[in-house]
Amino acid sequence: MSYSEKVIDHYENPRNVGVFDKDDKSVGTGMVGAPACGDVMRLQIKVNEQGIIEDARFKTYGCGSAIASSSLLTEWVKGKTLDEARAIKNTDIAEELALPPVKIHCSVLAEDAIKAAIEDFKAKSGLVV
Amino acid sequence: MTERKVPIYLDYSATTPVDPRVAEKMCHCLTMDGDFGNPASKSHYFGWKAEELVERARKDVADLIGADPKEIVWTSGATESNNLAIKGAAYFLKKKGKHIITCKTEHKAVLDTCRHLERDGFEVTYLDPETDGLVDLKKLEAAIRPDTILVSIMHVNNEIGVVQDIKAIGELTRSKGILFHVDGAQSAGKVEIDLQTMKVDLMSFSAHKVYGPKGIGALFVRRKPRVRLEAQMHGGGHERGMRSGTLPTHQIVGMGEAFRIAKEEMAVEGARLTKLKNRLLDGIKDIEEVYINGDLIHRVPGNLNVSFNFIEGESLMMALKELAVSSGSACTSSSLEPSYVLRALGRNDELAHSSIRFTLGRFTTEADIDHTIELLREKVQKLRELSPLWDMFKEGIDLSTVKWAAH
Repeated sequence: MSYSEKVIDHYENPRNVGVFDKDDKSVGTGMVGAPACGDVMRLQIKVNEQGIIEDARFKTYGCGSAIASSSLLTEWVKGKTLDEARAIKNTDIAEELALPPVKIHCSVLAEDAIKAAIEDFKAKSGLVV
Repeated sequence: MTERKVPIYLDYSATTPVDPRVAEKMCHCLTMDGDFGNPASKSHYFGWKAEELVERARKDVADLIGADPKEIVWTSGATESNNLAIKGAAYFLKKKGKHIITCKTEHKAVLDTCRHLERDGFEVTYLDPETDGLVDLKKLEAAIRPDTILVSIMHVNNEIGVVQDIKAIGELTRSKGILFHVDGAQSAGKVEIDLQTMKVDLMSFSAHKVYGPKGIGALFVRRKPRVRLEAQMHGGGHERGMRSGTLPTHQIVGMGEAFRIAKEEMAVEGARLTKLKNRLLDGIKDIEEVYINGDLIHRVPGNLNVSFNFIEGESLMMALKELAVSSGSACTSSSLEPSYVLRALGRNDELAHSSIRFTLGRFTTEADIDHTIELLREKVQKLRELSPLWDMFKEGIDLSTVKWAAH
């Protein structure tokens, strides 16, 4: 299978790889997927007092498209509010990366990951989900 | 590391390049100035010349495997040979019995043919191999029923390269009066085959796995004791009525020459490939959490199938774009299922997802292997740094106890 240039770029130069301290109060952590399916994404967001996502980190076990989807997402959520980040659709990710039909599920997982991270942050900070 | 434009080819189990010596022989059978005749044209020089070349090739194939040339039937490849053998024998013997035994790790050409027969009233037992990939003879014997007519077990597995003890299986089946078919697509030219001593009744062969062209194969059909088949291709009655269709002289000459070369060079080539394979293995075995799939001893020289835990196979293949290899990862098969062969060995899904198959061959060099080792070590590390599972492993978390939010 030949990958789109953007997927290759994110794979060769992934943005925001790493870990935040998940016990930090300003951090929301979302872990989705399962090893049995061949895809596991951990997405973390650091939210400031104004409710803006100031930073994000990810680690992914999965194919090139999965890595690219999560990497792209960490780029997109920076500077967004929680609601804006929540509104990101998997179709946007799939379009940006030119994912073929058989890889769309990677973008779906990335959407699930950011939602999970946001839920986690909100639960920790006692906000209404 | 200097980047290569054309990847290093390490996928010899998928196909092989045609040996230049083989290509040269084939070219002489194409154009007006060559031997282009129809081997069945009994009445003129062009036919006689083509027939002569076909019969010489038939002998070359027979010589590699210890068979009589009269026992060789030309087909379009091992898939067709498997179909002819299994369907041909089953339909011929259906009044005698309806039970067939095979193994879960067989090639799809065998498994799918068996499924077809199941839809047609036959019953099939699919044996589980042991965790090293080998078939247990006691389990095979236990599966035999009074109405068993055929056993089909491949000689060498295409994914993990393990070699089954077909000599022993043949003794068992012959003692019970059951036909024994062997898919030899991956074994011809790599391991010794002597059909004079091995009690195999039907054996499938492929040219393109041993430096011959794609689109030609053969089926060994034993004459003593005689094996009868129902033909699957009907027409002019070629190949003693077993497989109709004009014989493609150039393809057959190619297969014959490939098999002739294989017979001559097998021992030396095998030793060379074993050395290269061990060089590769030595270069990576100290990497943490690396698993070899399949028995290392009963294995063809050039095959190494490795799982790199906590890394997904397709992303590893993408990282290894300077190598042409294949993976047992779901992402790389067109269904999203991990390799059924690795699953049948008892490998969990994660290890099946993270496997890479390296198959070395005639044109693989030491420099190729060294470059591969360097690349592997670099990329495995990079991908582990990207992997949340590796983090969890390093923290001492037992991943089998985690509750995953699967999608």
